[in-house]
Amino acid sequence: MKLEALPPKAAKLAGYEENDVLGLPYVSGFIRIGSRSVPLVSTELSGRDRLAGILVRWDLGRNNYRVLPGLYAVGKPGSGSPVLVTANYKLSFDSLRRELSGIDAWILVLDTKGVNVWCAAGKGSFGSPELVDKLSKLRMKEIVSHRKLILPQLGAPGVSAPETARLSGFTAAWGPVLASDLPAFLASGMKKTAAMRLVPFGLRERMAVAPVELAHAWPLFLAAFGLSFLLALPLGPASLGRFLASILPLAGSALVGTLAFPALLPWLPFRAFALKGAVLGLAWAAACALATGTGLALGLGLALVCGSVVSFIAMNFTGSSTYTSQPGANLEVEKGAIPMAASLAGGLALGAAARIFGI
Amino acid sequence: MRTLRYLKNGETLVLREAECVNCGECVEVCPHAVFAMAGSSARIIDRGACMECGACALNCPAKAISVKVGVGCAAAIIIGKLRGTAPTCGSDCGGGAKDAGRGKGCC
Repeated sequence: MKLEALPPKAAKLAGYEENDVLGLPYVSGFIRIGSRSVPLVSTELSGRDRLAGILVRWDLGRNNYRVLPGLYAVGKPGSGSPVLVTANYKLSFDSLRRELSGIDAWILVLDTKGVNVWCAAGKGSFGSPELVDKLSKLRMKEIVSHRKLILPQLGAPGVSAPETARLSGFTAAWGPVLASDLPAFLASGMKKTAAMRLVPFGLRERMAVAPVELAHAWPLFLAAFGLSFLLALPLGPASLGRFLASILPLAGSALVGTLAFPALLPWLPFRAFALKGAVLGLAWAAACALATGTGLALGLGLALVCGSVVSFIAMNFTGSSTYTSQPGANLEVEKGAIPMAASLAGGLALGAAARIFGI
Repeated sequence: MRTLRYLKNGETLVLREAECVNCGECVEVCPHAVFAMAGSSARIIDRGACMECGACALNCPAKAISVKVGVGCAAAIIIGKLRGTAPTCGSDCGGGAKDAGRGKGCC
């Protein structure tokens, strides 16, 4: 094993075209194993990696946040080192490699089209056929002398360990759900605690996925602004007060739905996200009405709008959650669509009537 | 944090205990601790926590588990209903196309 700055001429670059690998920002050198060379990646994330990692949480550059699929090395791995499998979403790859300081390992990156392990497993791109194909194309049996892979546990909806063993000869051990548990898992001789198997959805995890929802809510802010402008008409000394009395609940409900909802999720009543959201939206509208002294008819109209908007945003958060089943989400959509639409339409009509007739 | 519970979870999950080979793989892959080993076979101990991801059924060497697999995502279901297809995270999730499924935090 020898570290080199460039792929050595004498050694064949494992599984890559040389030009594809040169210049990749996350590749810091190359190591030789036998007659082949493998790109080495650092376990330290650069400032650029961290910044990009924050931006993708806001949906900036997320559709193309990928690493080149293939084999990478961390530390000084040899033929007996563990093989860790991951997806080619760069956020997944980075959260894995940054946990591996002081560890010698191979990282096998499957081509999941830039999607994280769990979602890609659900879609099948993080799956047995892709894994078996990569193991064969990379001639992994020439790289390592053992026949064991460490797969992320959340890859299990896509990868069948029995089928992979049958087709490739490699057996799969299921690693922890979180990459941050990998050092303890490896140090203990691959002993997984019960807690390492559970997918967490605490405040930190819920808020990590919230910015994407907020970034997607811009049409709601635009609509809130337009609607509040209309409700403030006719222009006059009282317009600003009227504008504020509707922009606060309306624009606020987009913020409440995208930020307060995930934060408060465990404490909101009901199991259906749509109902939890409706409760939160109504509470928000009531608080706004009290704060701004809105009249009953307009206040009720705004409450119906806020309730349906927050309810809809909340229902869509099922996709960002870690514990919802499809039949349940389907029930929400089927039972929720008409009440939400009716509440929105009724609220808008009531608000407009209140404004026009001055009630 | 209190345990989060959802609607209709785990209703399609079936474990045929007579076919179980007691390997513990279902316990190993389940992210919600739905299974436990009890004597000569696995048992479903917390059906209501099951989100029907299918990891257990895919990895059961005895094919003793079945479950109707699907994503619990309202956006995917809405897209499916609008297009008249099965629930879908978009036709090419992650393929660069800007679609609602890709846009969700799920992937």
